[in-house]
Amino acid sequence: MTKRDILAVVFFTVVAVFFVFSALMMRSFGPSADPNDTDYFNAPMDDYIIDNTQSETGANNGVTSVVFDYRGFDTLGEATVLFTAVAGVVLVFRRLKK
Amino acid sequence: MSGMSKIVKTISNVTFPLIMIYGLYVIAHGHLTPGGGFQGGAVVASGCAMILVAYGSIWTMGKIREKNLSVLESLGALFFIGIALFGLIFGAMFFNNFLADGGVIFGDHVTSGSTAADFNTGGVLPLMNFAVGLKVIAGLFAIVLVMAYATTKPGGGGKE
Repeated sequence: MTKRDILAVVFFTVVAVFFVFSALMMRSFGPSADPNDTDYFNAPMDDYIIDNTQSETGANNGVTSVVFDYRGFDTLGEATVLFTAVAGVVLVFRRLKK
Repeated sequence: MSGMSKIVKTISNVTFPLIMIYGLYVIAHGHLTPGGGFQGGAVVASGCAMILVAYGSIWTMGKIREKNLSVLESLGALFFIGIALFGLIFGAMFFNNFLADGGVIFGDHVTSGSTAADFNTGGVLPLMNFAVGLKVIAGLFAIVLVMAYATTKPGGGGKE
């Protein structure tokens, strides 16, 4: 093994251990930030969106109100990804014809 | 890719309007029913792809160029960001829903709880659904059209 291989193994081990430990230390899925709160499916953010989505956004569809209103930046990113994909495909395949 | 047989073309002609109506319905009712701009746009783009398969890429390229589709997609993106910027101007922040409950357009008041679907609600959500729907229709169909046209032989008779 060259010096470079040993370095790669060391880096791989460090990164893998880091990921495994961070996965083990994650909170389990669903509970709120309060450790004393054992009601897993009653997180404050869910309650806020369910209670206020109709009065704040005026939409009956809660999912759309989250996607386009509460988390609008996420949709902006999705639109950017789609735009980039289309630009790349058109750029590559238009040259192929001529 | 050249066109397919007359049977396929006829069936495509019959089903194409139904697919368009369904997809545009999903886009327009995005703030009331499941679905929205992305999903409805994918449905409409699938209908357009069916026409592309049935009639061939050369015929379809004669009807609509991918340059125009790119313009449509950019228009959708500009509408989307423009509405978000209007939220910055008329409301408090970027992506502010400044039309909701305002009574101008899409501004009817909605009481919390189980209510009947009123189309004239949602504020900027229907407008953003239209913008994203336009973007997804044009984007997905541009991808399929360009790929199909690029793999066609220049003579026009080849299968692939």
